[in-house]
Amino acid sequence: MADKRDGQPGQDPATQNIPETQSGTGLFSHYRNGHFFCELTNSDGTPDPQIDLIRSRLDALPLNDLRNRARQAEQELYNLGITFTVYSERDAIDRILPFDLVPRILTQAEWRHVDAGVKQRVRALNMFLWDIYHDQKILNDGIIPRDLVVGNPNYCPAMIGLDVPGGTYVHVSGTDLVRDDSGRFLVLEDNARTPSGVSYVIENRHTTLRVMPDIASGIDLMPVDEYGVHLQNALAELAPGGVDDPQVVLLSPGIYNSAYFEHVFLAREMGVPLVEGRDLVTENDRVYMRTTAGLRPVHSIYRRLNDDFLDPEAFDPTSMLGVPGLVEAYRKGNVTIANAIGTGVADDKAVYAYMPRIIRYYLAEEPILSNVETHICAEPEGLAYTLANLNNLVVKPVGESGGYGLIIGPHATKEELAEFRTKLEADPSNYISQPVISLSVSPTLCEDGLEPRHVDLRPFAVTGKSTWVLPGGLSRVALRRGSLVVNSSQGGGSKDTWVIAQ
Amino acid sequence: MTTTVDPIATVPLPLLSRYAECTMWLARYMERIENLARIIDVTETFVRSGASDGWRAIVQINADEERFFATHDAATARSVITFYTIDTENPTSIVSLAHAARENARSLRPVISTEMWSQLNIFTKFIRSLNREDIRPSEISQLCARIKQDCQTHTGITEGTFYRDQASIFYNAGRHLERADQITRLIDIKYHTLLPSEAGVGSEVDISQWSAVLRSAAGYHAYRRVMTADIRPSSIVGFLLKSEAFPRSLSTNLRHLHGNLTQLRRDYNLRGASRIVGRVEHLRNILDQQTATEIIVRGLHEFNDWIQSELQDIQREIANVFWPAPGLAAIDAKISQPEPVTGQTQSQS
Repeated sequence: MADKRDGQPGQDPATQNIPETQSGTGLFSHYRNGHFFCELTNSDGTPDPQIDLIRSRLDALPLNDLRNRARQAEQELYNLGITFTVYSERDAIDRILPFDLVPRILTQAEWRHVDAGVKQRVRALNMFLWDIYHDQKILNDGIIPRDLVVGNPNYCPAMIGLDVPGGTYVHVSGTDLVRDDSGRFLVLEDNARTPSGVSYVIENRHTTLRVMPDIASGIDLMPVDEYGVHLQNALAELAPGGVDDPQVVLLSPGIYNSAYFEHVFLAREMGVPLVEGRDLVTENDRVYMRTTAGLRPVHSIYRRLNDDFLDPEAFDPTSMLGVPGLVEAYRKGNVTIANAIGTGVADDKAVYAYMPRIIRYYLAEEPILSNVETHICAEPEGLAYTLANLNNLVVKPVGESGGYGLIIGPHATKEELAEFRTKLEADPSNYISQPVISLSVSPTLCEDGLEPRHVDLRPFAVTGKSTWVLPGGLSRVALRRGSLVVNSSQGGGSKDTWVIAQ
Repeated sequence: MTTTVDPIATVPLPLLSRYAECTMWLARYMERIENLARIIDVTETFVRSGASDGWRAIVQINADEERFFATHDAATARSVITFYTIDTENPTSIVSLAHAARENARSLRPVISTEMWSQLNIFTKFIRSLNREDIRPSEISQLCARIKQDCQTHTGITEGTFYRDQASIFYNAGRHLERADQITRLIDIKYHTLLPSEAGVGSEVDISQWSAVLRSAAGYHAYRRVMTADIRPSSIVGFLLKSEAFPRSLSTNLRHLHGNLTQLRRDYNLRGASRIVGRVEHLRNILDQQTATEIIVRGLHEFNDWIQSELQDIQREIANVFWPAPGLAAIDAKISQPEPVTGQTQSQS
């Protein structure tokens, strides 16, 4: 080991956030995380012997060795087809999601906090959805503006009065978390429609353990392999009543969808057929799949298709991906759909601003995970504040995902800000704004060795009759120096997330 | 948590029609690639031994004349090899077949083994990377050897890892149907290459070309062991069509196809298989009732053609029974459906 002192980074809380100076020639000798919270070296402030061990093992690796392992990992991901496919006119190009082999590490205490916070949020989301599609108490009590909910394009009138099994609307959720300078977890957004990325959590673990066996040796990690079993159980236990051995399927848009790999992965982990819309038919408001032996009943559908495409009879009549009659079968209670239709209203970026109030309203508890302070431009004071502080804020369109259409004030040029100001003034209700969070960083293999890169965390929760959270989650990393955008469509990659079991 | 059970002893798992279709075609495309590599290889040998029209014969046995001559003036070594290896415009080229195999495999990823997928993925990427340099005369034989070996690796991995339920039976049915079809095309290439005039039959060139056909089907040594000194063309044709032990003979593959369909009917209670079993039986009877000499006298090429069209009917009937086209209420097949996966047909005629 290069330096004995590496074992106790940050023992003096006062020096915790200033660049560490280290002697030695190890991989960390040039690593400087500045004022950002470092996921590895700072942890939660108290020294953890296992994290110290991981760090000193990493530190002792020759850079070339680490690069070779990274190449090996990439080759493997490519050969195994853990890829998304980009179709051009004549060709299909497979790309891997960039992978960084240095794991992001959470202590057991950190994880317990996240786990409890995510469960609390999912409970509140489900109660909120039930309420807005039934009695609308929260609207009647004036906690959240009625128009924001009922006038929301994602509010689905077909769901009004429908009693979904177990009261569960959001069976699978992904909560996007970031950490600020002090290491505090903040919720950036909820994903309550069809959140993706969980396959990478599990594949990243397999890849990391294959290429970094010496780093992981003897470290007690919480397992990630049980996701498929939990998801299958949740779907089976919420199948329509009176079915002994429910048939669960995963509904995918098919091989041309960029997340097809994940659909395959999940179908395999759940042990259920992956179906496309054309594999399903409805007869007498029941759903069947076409098999070699004729039609076979289907009871629970984990769908990876947006609401609009689910059923051409109920929604977009031009959709060829869905199943005609599916929504009617759903409304008759003959099939369970996960996630439920119409959950998009709950993860809307404008509704997000009200989440702390939603949690207090239904659960009479304080939120365990805080929101990022959010200004709603639909409201006059929110718009005024945003316009006055544009160069210090992140402004996001409420209807977009994937990091599209947003502006990061401090990183934008004068021209970009002026242009954005015009767009914002033209359609204020389409935007929210938030302060720029100094996202935490994680040591990442870059051109010049290990460097700090910003990361976020998306834990995945599965809810049947109760909620289970996959330990860890997807750590996305912004690979460009200084970049805060972790989305894969914007040059982001991912890392394995280790939760120390203790 | 779950108990281990024998899948056959319990209620068999249902198989999606689409999976059945894709498995069958995955097997067919992989076999077809292997056979195309064999045919290119043997033609190269023919041409070296003096068959002037060798390259044109490949175009003929694949019934591709119209499409080929629409874009090419003459069937030269270069034009034909390009057409059947790296030409992405040609649906019967190895690169197109590999693409189709891969798209089927992608659809099948939920049911095939990771090892099958990974090998196919690497193989099809290799095929897609081929360029003009790789198909020069000095390289072509080696390339064919590599392709054959990769296809056989696929076959081996499939044998060793593919779970034995309905899907694997459809896979095997596809392989045997394709092999049955391909052996008739391999025999036909000799027919087209050199129409045996009275004088030519049994000549030295004739015999050496028949040996090459045997070799290209990996049957030369087996033939020698069984038939020793008998090198009459009728004996070789008899071996390729009627041997019950040679893995690529028509007879062997019809027997296996019959077995696969019977298994579907018996073990999986798919009654629709019965009628198709009957058709295959009929075909086997007709083959059994004639000697190779009789077949040759009545017209070897006509016999091969007839077998090919019967096999197409069998494929069509399998499709009608196990993956019938959705009714009017369902999807319009025209819209945004993956072209290689839907409505796959025998593209060779």
